[in-house]
Amino acid sequence: MAQTSNATKKIEIADLTVRYDGLEALKGISFDIYENEILGIIGPAQSGKTTLLKTINRTIEFEPSAAVSGSVKIDGTDVQSIRNVNQLRRRIGMVFPLPVGLPMSIYDNVAFAPRTAGIRKRSELDELVERCLQQAALWDEVKDRLNSLGTKLSGGQQQRLTIARALSHQPEILCLDEFSIAVDPVTTMRIEDILKELRSQITIILVTNLVQQARRLADRTAFIFESELIEIDDNDVIFSDSPAHRLTYDYVSGNFG
Amino acid sequence: MATDITPSSSPTEITDPSLMFTATEQSRKKQLMENIARAIFFVMTLLMILPLVLIVVYLFVKAAPVLSPEFLFTNPAKGMRAGGIWAPLLGPIYIVITSLLVSAPIGVLAAVYLNEYARASWFTRIINLAVVNLAGVPSIVHALFGVGAFVYFAKMGRSVLAASLTLAIMTLPVIIASTKEALNAVPMAFREACWNTGATRWQTIRGIVLPNSISGILTGIILQVSRAAGETAPIMFTGAVFFKAISERDVFAYGLFDRFMALSMHLYQLSTQVPGVPEALEYGTAVVLLGAVLTVNALAIVLRVYLRSRKRW
Repeated sequence: MAQTSNATKKIEIADLTVRYDGLEALKGISFDIYENEILGIIGPAQSGKTTLLKTINRTIEFEPSAAVSGSVKIDGTDVQSIRNVNQLRRRIGMVFPLPVGLPMSIYDNVAFAPRTAGIRKRSELDELVERCLQQAALWDEVKDRLNSLGTKLSGGQQQRLTIARALSHQPEILCLDEFSIAVDPVTTMRIEDILKELRSQITIILVTNLVQQARRLADRTAFIFESELIEIDDNDVIFSDSPAHRLTYDYVSGNFG
Repeated sequence: MATDITPSSSPTEITDPSLMFTATEQSRKKQLMENIARAIFFVMTLLMILPLVLIVVYLFVKAAPVLSPEFLFTNPAKGMRAGGIWAPLLGPIYIVITSLLVSAPIGVLAAVYLNEYARASWFTRIINLAVVNLAGVPSIVHALFGVGAFVYFAKMGRSVLAASLTLAIMTLPVIIASTKEALNAVPMAFREACWNTGATRWQTIRGIVLPNSISGILTGIILQVSRAAGETAPIMFTGAVFFKAISERDVFAYGLFDRFMALSMHLYQLSTQVPGVPEALEYGTAVVLLGAVLTVNALAIVLRVYLRSRKRW
C-alpha cells in the first residue's frame, strides 16, 4: 500500500468474519481505510460487500442471524465498544442501492436527522437542508417545492435525496452501496463529481458493481471475491496490467464477473 | 379431389383483413365461459347483499310506529310495555367509552412494543400466541372472568366500571392484533433509513411509523366499538340490569359504580322475558342497536378512506 503511508487511518478492519446462520459472508478480512480517501470496493454479488458496510455502522445487528467476530475500529475505537450506537451511526452516512424517500416533505426528509440530533432553530435547519441538497445535486430541481412529498420524486431524484439525507447528519464517513443502480448515467456523473469534491472533507467508501466507477473515482480499490479480500491497493496497481493477483486482473479487465 | 382450394378459403391464410377478427369456434366458447363466470359472481354478490337489505327494510317497517326522537330520549315505562329506550341507549355508550379508554392505550402501546422493540425470542412468541388465543376466547368466558376479577375480587360490584373492564379485557387482544398489522404495513425500508441516520427507535416510531399507520390503528379501534356495544354476555354478568330508571335527557345520568341498562340485553328481555310488549317496541330497539353499530362502522370506513387518500407512498 504505497501512496498513503503518511495518511492517518480512519477505519481499521481486523480479522472481520461475519456468519449468517453459520454461512460465512466475510472470511477474516483485514484492511485499513485512510482519512479523506475514496476507497472503492468491487466484487461480484453475494461476495459480502454490503455486509462489510453494515458492520461499520453496526446495522448488522438488525439481522438476527448474523454473528460478527473480529474488530472494526473508527479513529482507534472499536465500534463494538461504543455504547451509544446512535451516536456511532450519526458519524456514518449510508446510501443503499434502492432509494428510500421517507413519506414526508423533501425538506423534512433532509431535516429529519438534524432534528433527531437536537437542532431546532429554523434558520440553522434551512441552511443545512440547502447545503445538503446542493451537495447531492438536487437543490436546483426541488428548491421551489421543498414542501412536496419526498416519495413523489423520481427514482434518481429520490436517490439524490437519500444522499442528501446521509449527508445531513454531517458524517465523517460516507458509505455508498451501489448508489447508481437506480440513477441515470448523467445524474451518476453529477453525483460522482460531488463525491470528488466531498473527498476533502470526509472519508468515502464506495461499493460498486461498476468496475469503471471505482476506476474513475477511487484512490484505492479493494477486490472482494467469495467472502475473501483478494487484494487492496492503489488504483494504479489494481487497474494496471499487473495487479498482485491474477483474479483481480481477470475481474477488472472483464474476463469474468 | 381438393383441386378447388383457393388461398381465400384456406384457414391459415386470410386475405380479407376484415376476417382477421372474426370469432372462431374456440374464442366463442371462451367468451361464453367468461359471461357465465361473471354472471355467477354477480349473483353471489347480490345474494350477499340481499339479507342485509331485507333485515334493514323489515326492521324499519316493523319499527315505524315507534320511531321518533321521543323514543330515544325517554325511559322504558309500564313494565317495559311502553316508553322509549333512553336508559338502555345511554348504558352502552358509557361502557364502550370507558372500556376503550382502558384497552386502546394499553393495546396500542403493547402492540408498538411487540412490533417495534421486541426481538424474536421464546418470550415474545409466547406473548404473541397468547394474544391470538385470547382474541378467540368466547365472550361468555370473558364474562365469567370479569365476575370473578372485577365484581368480586376487586369489589367493584356489578357496575359500569366492572362491565367496562370486562369488555376492555375482551377487546384488548383484538386491538393489539389490528394495531400490529397496521404497524407492519409500514415498509421496513423506512425504519432502516431512519436508523441509518442515527435516529433512536422512538424517534423512528414517532417520526415515521406512527404517522403512517395511524389510520389502520384507529380503524381497528373503532371496529371494536361496535363489537363492544353489541355484546350481551359480558355485561349481563357484570352490571347490566333488567330495569333502571335514569334522569331523562341527562347524558351524565350514570355513575361509574351504577348498574345500567344496555340495548342488546334490553332487546333480549323485551322479546323473551316480558309478555305483552308491543311488537314495534322490540323492533324499534333493534333498529336503534343496528343503526348505532352501522354508524360506527361507517365512521371507520370514512376515516379509512380519508386517511388512505393522504397515503404518502
